[in-house]
Amino acid sequence: MTTSHESEKETMDTSVKPSSLADVAQAKPTKVPGTRALGTGLETRGVHAWFGKHHALSNISLDFAAGTVTALIGPSGCGKSTFIRTINRMHEFIPTAAMAGEVLLDGKDVYAPGTDVTKIRLQIGMVFQKPNPFPSMTIGENVLSGLKLAQIKVDNKDDLLEESLERAGLWSEVKDRLGAHGGSLSGGQQQRLCIARALAVRPQVLLMDEPCSALDPGSTLRIEVTIRHLSDTMTIIIVTHNMQQAARVSDYTAFFLSDGGPGQMIEVAPTSEIFSRPQDQRTENYVTGRFG
Amino acid sequence: MSVQELLIPKPREITTEPRFSDKVFRGVVTTGGLSSLLLLGLIALFLGYRGFEVLRQEGIGFITHADWSISTDDAGNVLESHFGLAAMLVGTILCSLIAVAIALPISVFCALFLNFYAPGWLKKIMVTIIDMMAAFPSILFGIWGFLVLMPSVEYWAKLLHKYLGFMPFFKMQVPFYTRSPFVAGVVLAIMIIPIITSVSREIFSQAPLDRIQAAYALGATRWAMIKAVVIPHGRSGVIGGAMLGLGRAMGETVAVFTVLNIVFQINWQMLLGAGGNVASLIILKFGDASPYEIKALMAAGLVLFAMTLIVNALANLIVRTTGKSGR
Repeated sequence: MTTSHESEKETMDTSVKPSSLADVAQAKPTKVPGTRALGTGLETRGVHAWFGKHHALSNISLDFAAGTVTALIGPSGCGKSTFIRTINRMHEFIPTAAMAGEVLLDGKDVYAPGTDVTKIRLQIGMVFQKPNPFPSMTIGENVLSGLKLAQIKVDNKDDLLEESLERAGLWSEVKDRLGAHGGSLSGGQQQRLCIARALAVRPQVLLMDEPCSALDPGSTLRIEVTIRHLSDTMTIIIVTHNMQQAARVSDYTAFFLSDGGPGQMIEVAPTSEIFSRPQDQRTENYVTGRFG
Repeated sequence: MSVQELLIPKPREITTEPRFSDKVFRGVVTTGGLSSLLLLGLIALFLGYRGFEVLRQEGIGFITHADWSISTDDAGNVLESHFGLAAMLVGTILCSLIAVAIALPISVFCALFLNFYAPGWLKKIMVTIIDMMAAFPSILFGIWGFLVLMPSVEYWAKLLHKYLGFMPFFKMQVPFYTRSPFVAGVVLAIMIIPIITSVSREIFSQAPLDRIQAAYALGATRWAMIKAVVIPHGRSGVIGGAMLGLGRAMGETVAVFTVLNIVFQINWQMLLGAGGNVASLIILKFGDASPYEIKALMAAGLVLFAMTLIVNALANLIVRTTGKSGR
């Protein structure tokens, strides 16, 4: 509860000095997509989503360049989380959920008949809103749990363990107690443990569904630093209610909105543009805090 | 006393004065709670009181000897008596262990199927049927076991003996397959499947959704997810359910009495048609027992009562010690 409160407060702050967000967005080095030969292209074409008869998401076409961070912003209930869950096919776990359109990973539709869903989820990792380490496993087992779950064999587990924790920015804090239970860590550490766990299976894309909404500002900052580091080697899509966070971590920002009907994407642009000169009046209203 | 010590106050005593309505409700609830304890205590006391004479006379032999005989003269005076429960105790343990060994895997798979694989409509129907099974009269299970199950179980028993006969439990010297502890165990297994299934189903359905999603998001198949999340979460609950089933199997009377050939001889060979359990002994002897033998039966009841309590206490202990790691 308190965390949503905090993000609200931050949104309110932005209304006082709207220019600061654009400054924040410009402060980080810009990335030009296509210049880095890494990762995998991810693209959605005309994605719709339904829950039963409720049309939750309408016609989302987005292109995620390899090695960039894209932030999805918008008020609650506009379908941001639903959208990223259609990307790694977690959407279909909800009974009565349906979708239309295509999600192309490396040019291949992840919904094509005959696709091995578990392989898709190995390529597209996910970090959830609430830290969810496996309570019956130790820190080390948690990091490597993806290998066990997907039955992947690795030669040197210790190296992978260290590398994953290092990339998630947690290695120095837990290297002496890898045998302790995951639940013994603080909330922020647990979330970075979950990031390390997602990284251990070497995904090309990482989806993050409000990864910091349950964390204190210090932990949030740490995770944002981690995200910037990770974006050198993978494509990241992050849902956030925190405009400051979107400005700090993302290269591109997409604004989602629902006008009572299904959620739509209003605008997508480089983050500094979204916060300095948005094309759509509704985007401007939202990022300046006059709405939502 | 230093100045600092004077400044730090003593913790206050915090009291609450409940309202009248709260007091009344508290009284009602307390009475309900304690009356069950009182009833249980009274039953134990009654059994102990009635069986005391026999227990004193037989001593430890009451649970270590296997013969059960009494001879009286024409006037009804007891000339000689030997009461030993050993055969019945062995039978009780053997039958109920067979029952749990058969019922546990079936129940766990059934619970997993209902929670994670069955379509909604099938789940509804099956849950209703399984709950109905729990309320089914045990004599019907007994008759069905006797008339329908026994002829076919005889065939399975022969197979078991033929291929697994080298193991002590499946060995037998005399080829007498009908009315064996194995048949009784199968009947008991069917009777305890509903309770183990519903306890397991309940605990599996409480497996945390965010962990389930985490496993799927890491590329887990459904079975891998179940192994990593659902089973560690539900382990203690399943053990608790198995113990409840074991308790029910140990106390079951009519079904065992109908199926089993009751013989006063310690028999660990589960395929051999000889055995018994404490409860079926009581129903067998109660009808034409002399006053003194009734005392022996009361003492047998007390032993069964104690055994059930021990199993339940053990179940609690296991649930408590394994419960922490899973969640």
